[in-house]
Amino acid sequence: MRLEIHNISKSFGPLKANDHISFTFEGGRIYAILGENGAGKSTLMKILSGYQSASSGQIIIDGKSAQINSPHHAIAHGIGMLYQDPLDFAPLTVLENYIEGKPFNFLMRRREAEADLLARCKILGFNLNPHAMVESLTVGERQQLEIVRLLSLGVSILILDEPTTGISAEQKSQLFQTLKNLAREQNMIVILVSHKLADVEELCDEVLVLRRGKLVGHRFLPCETEILVEMMFGKRLSQTSPQPLYTNKPILKIHKLSIPARLFTIQNINLEVREGEVIGLAGLDGSGQVEFMRVIAGIGRPTWADQLTAMIALAGMWWVFGKILDESSAVLNLARIAILILILGPMLKTLYLYIRQRANNAQNAQIMLNGKNIGWRGYRDLLERGIAYLAAGRLEEGLVAGLTLVDHSALAERSSLPHVNWVRAWHRTKQAITDFSIKGRPFSQIQTLSGGNQQRVSLSLLPANLRLILLENPTRGLDVESAGHIWSLLLNRRKKGTAIIFSSPDLDEIIDYSDRILVFSSGQTTLVENPEQMTTARLGELIGGKS
Amino acid sequence: MDPVLTSTLADIVRNAAPLLIASQGELITERAGVVNLSLDGTILLAAMAAFAVTYNTGSLGMGIAVAMLIGMLVALIVISASVFLKLNQIAVGFVLTLLCADLSTFFGRKYSGQQGTEIPYTPIPILENIPVMGEVFFQHNILIYFSLLLVIFVWLWTYHTRLGLSLRGLGEHPAAAYVRGTRVQLWRFVYVAAGGALVGLAGASYSLSVKLGWREGSTLGNGWIALAIVIFGGWRPFRIAFGAYFIVGLRALALYFQQEDVLNLPIQIINMTPWVLMLVTLIFVTSGLAESLLVLVPPRWRPAAQNLLRAKPPAALGSNFERS
Repeated sequence: MRLEIHNISKSFGPLKANDHISFTFEGGRIYAILGENGAGKSTLMKILSGYQSASSGQIIIDGKSAQINSPHHAIAHGIGMLYQDPLDFAPLTVLENYIEGKPFNFLMRRREAEADLLARCKILGFNLNPHAMVESLTVGERQQLEIVRLLSLGVSILILDEPTTGISAEQKSQLFQTLKNLAREQNMIVILVSHKLADVEELCDEVLVLRRGKLVGHRFLPCETEILVEMMFGKRLSQTSPQPLYTNKPILKIHKLSIPARLFTIQNINLEVREGEVIGLAGLDGSGQVEFMRVIAGIGRPTWADQLTAMIALAGMWWVFGKILDESSAVLNLARIAILILILGPMLKTLYLYIRQRANNAQNAQIMLNGKNIGWRGYRDLLERGIAYLAAGRLEEGLVAGLTLVDHSALAERSSLPHVNWVRAWHRTKQAITDFSIKGRPFSQIQTLSGGNQQRVSLSLLPANLRLILLENPTRGLDVESAGHIWSLLLNRRKKGTAIIFSSPDLDEIIDYSDRILVFSSGQTTLVENPEQMTTARLGELIGGKS
Repeated sequence: MDPVLTSTLADIVRNAAPLLIASQGELITERAGVVNLSLDGTILLAAMAAFAVTYNTGSLGMGIAVAMLIGMLVALIVISASVFLKLNQIAVGFVLTLLCADLSTFFGRKYSGQQGTEIPYTPIPILENIPVMGEVFFQHNILIYFSLLLVIFVWLWTYHTRLGLSLRGLGEHPAAAYVRGTRVQLWRFVYVAAGGALVGLAGASYSLSVKLGWREGSTLGNGWIALAIVIFGGWRPFRIAFGAYFIVGLRALALYFQQEDVLNLPIQIINMTPWVLMLVTLIFVTSGLAESLLVLVPPRWRPAAQNLLRAKPPAALGSNFERS
């Protein structure tokens, strides 16, 4: 197996995403493509996999020139790609996903395909239920499905785009083992696109570094991390663990809190957060870290305002029933009751949720901010009291796609006046752009910024004196440099006594930045007091439930 | 079995046929990821055209063919506007609804109230003699039989053929369909055209059979009902068929109550019940209430029950596919 690329170029208008890239990939080896965000890694891979076509250049497979115009062509030439967000059909079953894309037959031939799928899974050591819906699978399992599917199509060059985002440590080691086997035993070419140096060093044999669309380096591993970082960014980053800045004054006390999460109910969480402290939340995806932060922030749980509306709804129903039920026909009354329940149903649901939560937290569960119970306050209220929450989905939950930076600044302004002070919003935006070194203009729309810059905007929008910032995966999808910058902005906030609680799937990040770590594992939480003595492996064990 | 009940059931099967055909057409359109909102207007225009062509040429086949062609044409306008001009499918569909309705009024003036030809009554030999079943299902005309077969065909197609699997993928995640070698735009055009033709056929089956003849606005509202049935049916062929029969059944019931005057109720209330019931069902299915009731189902049947209750639209519905 041998894949050669000659002078691959791709331009989007004036931007050269790929600039005359040439390289030869050999079978049986695992390659990493490194580069910061926007270096052209994804573009190159999309060209190889046929999703986009190159502006110029040549692809030669085993000495024969290959015309790749669509993903289908690429697969026919043996090139398959696993996309960062696996391109599969969520409401279809695993089996149906596996069948779709196979060589054409008129009928589905489910039984045949199922036997084939199970046999291939067995060889690879994957455990997939053919009849499960793909939407019920974890990202790791969806990747496994895609890998089996691509292999069944006879792929011998496998490209993986950021495969370790969103999967657990265990799934990662299984994935890496699989990839190593595929390369060694079946002489496949495996190409890994990543910005996680640790992953690359663990898995790959050779590294290619792209910078601004050009191939700027090629190294055999092992090789010093500093050299790779320097090739990626053109300068050295100093990586020092931050000095702890916390005091002994507790600002947030959580007492006997229980939270229903996706997989389990997390029982009996106790935690005291001190001023200026950084607490990392570790655990598998969906073990309750996000729910925990949301409950503290007053999102997704009934607040006193919800209770009030529910009470009003009940009183309203009582009153209306009294008014209408004494009339003529029973059927008419039934119809009226039905319509009323339709209208007031959502409020009743709130009341039901409230009662359920009350029952869950029967033993005086408390969330105290500076000695005051905040358990029933909503997010808006808590923001004023100094708690802010940033969701991982920047464009989905945090920012508004289509609005400019100035719009966001105006939105974040808390003013009781009815009009928008655009001049002040503009000045604040200019200030934020310099203070947070955001690469963007005041009137850029937010979705045109890179992920790192979007996150900087999110941070710049937070009020100045916060007591507690809750962050869900603050560096999701960011490269090392952007992530470092975000962390320096966050750590600066500690000087004013702000505490930080964050979750991350990256255990190194948690160990590096946390003063203490709260580990979520199968409905239990464990507090780790001294993360500096912690290794990734040990933390992984804790997450997996080994004490 | 009570002969009145049997003949009522037969009436329901007959009267539901156009709704059934139109909603199955919209089903494949939406499964391909395209919303054709122009149903109400298209059905009107197709009904008028089918009647007018049959009236002038005397050929039923010609009338039906023209009606299907019109339905196909309108549907192709919707998808072309979306693909080539990047227009919003909902907006275009809505405007076409209004336009087609007005066109039907304009061109249909001289045919209003005229005596027309009906599709001949063709009971199926042998099968028609089965007690009850025979009268309900096998003593109709060919369009009614077609509506019954269509449901089975659409179900077989979407769930048991590879092309049907691609169809489901198309509306769910076109990018994923594309990397699996499906020609997204081509198939969207094919399915939208086929769906449009069925909608046209629904129009023809009104003016040539179910509501024989033409007058201004004769089928008004039925297109919206078909759209609602698709949602009610959770984008599934058999549930949609059930929805169509359910609505028509409730209408028959309303008519019966109106004639007999057994309930002391204004007729408007009875006419409204299908919609209220539909809303209740939708809320029941989408609010998660149904999901929480699943606990009562034995675990073995739970996935099947869950599947049955699903009411999620195709994820890419109404979006335009571009490979970036």
